[in-house]
Amino acid sequence: MLAMNYRGPYRVRVDEKPMPIILHPEDAIVRVTRSCICGSDLHLYHGMVPDTRVGMTFGHEFCGIVEQVGPEVRNLTAGDHVLVPFNIACGKCQFCQQGLFGNCHESNAQATAVGGIFGYSHTAGGYDGGQAQYVRVPYADVGPMVIPDWMDPDDAVLLTDVVPTGYQAAEMGGIQSGDTVVVFGAGPVGLMAARSAWLFGAGRVIIIDHIEYRLDFARTFCPAEVYNFREIDDMVVFLKKQTDSLGADVCIDAVGGDAAGNALQTLIGTKLKLEAGNAIALHWAINAVKKGGVVSIVGVYGPTGNIIPIGNVVNKGITIRANQASVRRLLPRLIDHIQAGHLNPKAMITHRVPLADIADAYHLFSAKLDGCIKPVVLPNGA
Amino acid sequence: MSRELVDTSKIPGWGVDADTRNNPTYPIRHREDLQTDGLNWDRPTQQAPDVEILQSIEHNRLPAVVGTSTPPTGLSGMIRRYAFRRSESDWWHWLLLMGADRINVVEGVIEDLSHGKVPNIPAEMGGRAEWQHNKKGLAVKVAVLAGVTLGLLALRRRR
Repeated sequence: MLAMNYRGPYRVRVDEKPMPIILHPEDAIVRVTRSCICGSDLHLYHGMVPDTRVGMTFGHEFCGIVEQVGPEVRNLTAGDHVLVPFNIACGKCQFCQQGLFGNCHESNAQATAVGGIFGYSHTAGGYDGGQAQYVRVPYADVGPMVIPDWMDPDDAVLLTDVVPTGYQAAEMGGIQSGDTVVVFGAGPVGLMAARSAWLFGAGRVIIIDHIEYRLDFARTFCPAEVYNFREIDDMVVFLKKQTDSLGADVCIDAVGGDAAGNALQTLIGTKLKLEAGNAIALHWAINAVKKGGVVSIVGVYGPTGNIIPIGNVVNKGITIRANQASVRRLLPRLIDHIQAGHLNPKAMITHRVPLADIADAYHLFSAKLDGCIKPVVLPNGA
Repeated sequence: MSRELVDTSKIPGWGVDADTRNNPTYPIRHREDLQTDGLNWDRPTQQAPDVEILQSIEHNRLPAVVGTSTPPTGLSGMIRRYAFRRSESDWWHWLLLMGADRINVVEGVIEDLSHGKVPNIPAEMGGRAEWQHNKKGLAVKVAVLAGVTLGLLALRRRR
């Protein structure tokens, strides 16, 4: 089969790889129909995530047709068209029982801090991902869900990560009716976080980024007030002025370690990798939130450490909430929202590429070229 | 820049998930749903991997399923094995893995060459997309690369 093959920072290609096989009685083999490149794949692509091995196949947002199931799989049969959450979750451990499907303890040998994730380095378990024609899906009865007949597969594939991650960012904000919510990052997750903030009753939603075409899209898609931090002298003072000098009720970091906007953080975090990426978005979130407010983090950082103003977290009595999205927990609610017309995730898709062109798609997405917001890869044709 | 306030009455679904009980401890810890304590849950069947799996020393047992992509090999593999003697809390664990990743890139090129394959690095880096959508940026990169190369050559001649 053909699969994306990571060769090093900023280098990927497509190669022939062996077909995946059933390795565990709860496995399924899925023929991939759609697979996205996620903003967090760019952290891998940029060489920021430790234990990202040459030869690995990325891709944690995908849907496809079940080809084969292991002997202990009860809920799926060959031919089912399923969406596959990015979390690999057993459904039995202490954390899965609490609905923390992103924190499963039975899916990642290499680290305890995070559960297994498809195609996301060995730090997230060492599983090949869905930017391939076929993929092995462990715990097939727990994560995958049959796509409803009425649902557009483009919406389905975005339910595997982007939509639940954005929604959970808003949910973790504990947004109360009328709250002012600031979202840092106008990438797909930031867009969904801003859109979801309205569902929780926000009174005002502000998005901060520096990519003009993304801010233009956010203005109408979310909709939201949008500001380009390149045009603002001091981000925190600006946001204070926007919020009666008190700060926002909720700040959401939907950027993570690939942020821009501070030369020192870029040097230490992005270039020298002495911290786990550039944490300026989180720095702004902490300093721009109201005393007693909530900072919700879904941006991805590496496992080492970051320079953030933790003293202000204490002094301001800020609640910080963060997690990988618990996709399986949120799916029923989000499917309802799509059916009701509250969410329209497929509108974010800007590019559709065959698997053969995946190197160009990564570069487009990484360099923010051609108005790219969300690229979808079609490993087995349209 | 956009300063217009959004009219919430025009947002489809505005407020439908508003929940005053959504205080900052909900819904992260549904502890009441726990049926077991500690590590005593009904475990899934244990996968028997046929490749080397490096295991965090913070795990007291191998998780029931494991990923089998790209087992550790070569010099990078030796460094990874050494890194996994240290905990996830140890900075050196991660720095060693990052170092192994960089060595692994060189190993990847050597592996390609050993199979008679010369990696097309410009294509792997999305050169076609750069040519189609960022000709100016590409020209700047080529000019900088040419300048640095010529500068190095000039320095070498002077010596």
